[in-house]
Amino acid sequence: MKRTTLFPYVIWMALFIVVPMLLVLYYAFSIPTEAGATWSLENFARFFEPIYIRVLGRSLRLALISTVICLLLGYPAAMVMAGNAFNRKNVILLLFVVPMWMNFLLRTYAWLTLLERNGVINVLLTNLGLPGLNILYTESAVVLGMVYNFLPFMVLPIYSVLSKIDKGVIEAAGDLGANSFRVFTKVVLPLSLPGVVSGITMVFMPALTTFVISRLLGGGQFTLIGNLIEQQFLVVGDWGFGSSISVVMIVLILLSIAIMSFFEGEEKSVALW
Amino acid sequence: MVRFLKRSYLYLVFAFLYMPIAVLMVYSFNDSRSRGVWGGFTLRWYVELFQDRTIMSSLYSTLLIGVISAIVATIIGTLAAIGIHNSRGIQKKIIMNITYLPVLNPEIVTAISLMILFVFARVRLGYLTLLLAHITFNIPYVILSVLPKLRQLNKHLYEAALDLGSTPAQALWKVIIPEIMPGIVTGMLLAFTLSIDDFVISFFTTGSGVSTLSITIYSMARRGINPKINALSTIMFTFVLLLLIVVNVRQAREEKKERNGKHGKKQVSSFGAKFGGA
Repeated sequence: MKRTTLFPYVIWMALFIVVPMLLVLYYAFSIPTEAGATWSLENFARFFEPIYIRVLGRSLRLALISTVICLLLGYPAAMVMAGNAFNRKNVILLLFVVPMWMNFLLRTYAWLTLLERNGVINVLLTNLGLPGLNILYTESAVVLGMVYNFLPFMVLPIYSVLSKIDKGVIEAAGDLGANSFRVFTKVVLPLSLPGVVSGITMVFMPALTTFVISRLLGGGQFTLIGNLIEQQFLVVGDWGFGSSISVVMIVLILLSIAIMSFFEGEEKSVALW
Repeated sequence: MVRFLKRSYLYLVFAFLYMPIAVLMVYSFNDSRSRGVWGGFTLRWYVELFQDRTIMSSLYSTLLIGVISAIVATIIGTLAAIGIHNSRGIQKKIIMNITYLPVLNPEIVTAISLMILFVFARVRLGYLTLLLAHITFNIPYVILSVLPKLRQLNKHLYEAALDLGSTPAQALWKVIIPEIMPGIVTGMLLAFTLSIDDFVISFFTTGSGVSTLSITIYSMARRGINPKINALSTIMFTFVLLLLIVVNVRQAREEKKERNGKHGKKQVSSFGAKFGGA
């Protein structure tokens, strides 16, 4: 077979992937002057101003909290799924996947209905004589939105690794005298690490870069790094600054992929993400 | 007892996942704008939904762009996959790495880079730019769906076709393409769903007047709660659910037919690929 079939793709790729990335780099590393533009690091210097560092810190913190919660909720769920508590595993797996096929915005929007001051949760709480819960437009609501949207990303890779673990290995550990706690910490957990690592990657990255969840559930009060980029391009019109934040974000993502793939060994999560 | 606890835990997780969707659907039949109150059953919001010009025209744009971008991406992506499969060494490495770029990059970065390109090249933002952007982010998923099928292919098939006197084009069209068809179809369906589901990239590459369903939902949701969105959600969720059931029943039937045990993984991986979308 000939390689000429690559031709349309190579042109497409050059035009719509490579050139745009080069343009982002160009805008990030230059500032406009009267004579055109000159190379400069000014855009990056701006990013290190305290307000923007605070935005970066908040984004990292919220993404980290959401990832930890997803891991704590998701690992046991994946274990139950991989175990023998259910007979029809395919159906259970499907139940995790179905909500993901619902439009992302609608899933986020659904929480507005629940969390509103006169929303479903508050009406229920008041009817039970409990104090109301006002977390809409707070950081907690943003974290909740992230956990809700990204939990399946954590569960599915862990499940797929756990379900491939040879049952014989677990039985062997038991036969050799390990109690179930030691079987878990010494056998199951180490073997499932590749799944955990890709789960963490798949939750942390979209959580770090989202601007929709923070806008809808945070009410626009909690600027995250994604919101900052959006504002620079669609409101302020400062492409240079917006591009430099994007470059910082790409570097962060590449760094975490490098760290993760180092832990992961040969098994690659790339195809999944 | 342990089994019971395990099951209950999973049921709780499912409750967490499904409760918001269920509430959304129930309230689409609520005859009262206020959320906490149940004002009786109504289909009013569904009627208003279908009379809403903005929503209907964005539904049309969404489907149009979804279909065209999926078809174009499938053609370019399938040809690209065949080419990648046959290239070696450094060339293959470079192309694969660039292919992964839009998959790994945060969506918002892909979005702004395309927006810069279009504005820079003075292309008016609208249908055309939306379409170009959607094709661009769809192609890698088609390639990643087709490549595994090519790897399973017996490499002597192509040579046999040539020996039997077919031209290279005939061999490709009559031998290779039919063999990798399942991968192509998966890729196209994936591309279509990703296109329909996309918000971030559309949001940055569209111009005034052209809006996809996701963009319309976003601008409505930003202004607060709107029962028409609930009605829309109910319809979309039901549709997706039916689609998934049909696909799964078909898949299960095929697996029963083939029964060589190699298919179990396929389902998870094609679902998995969708998760780039969020």
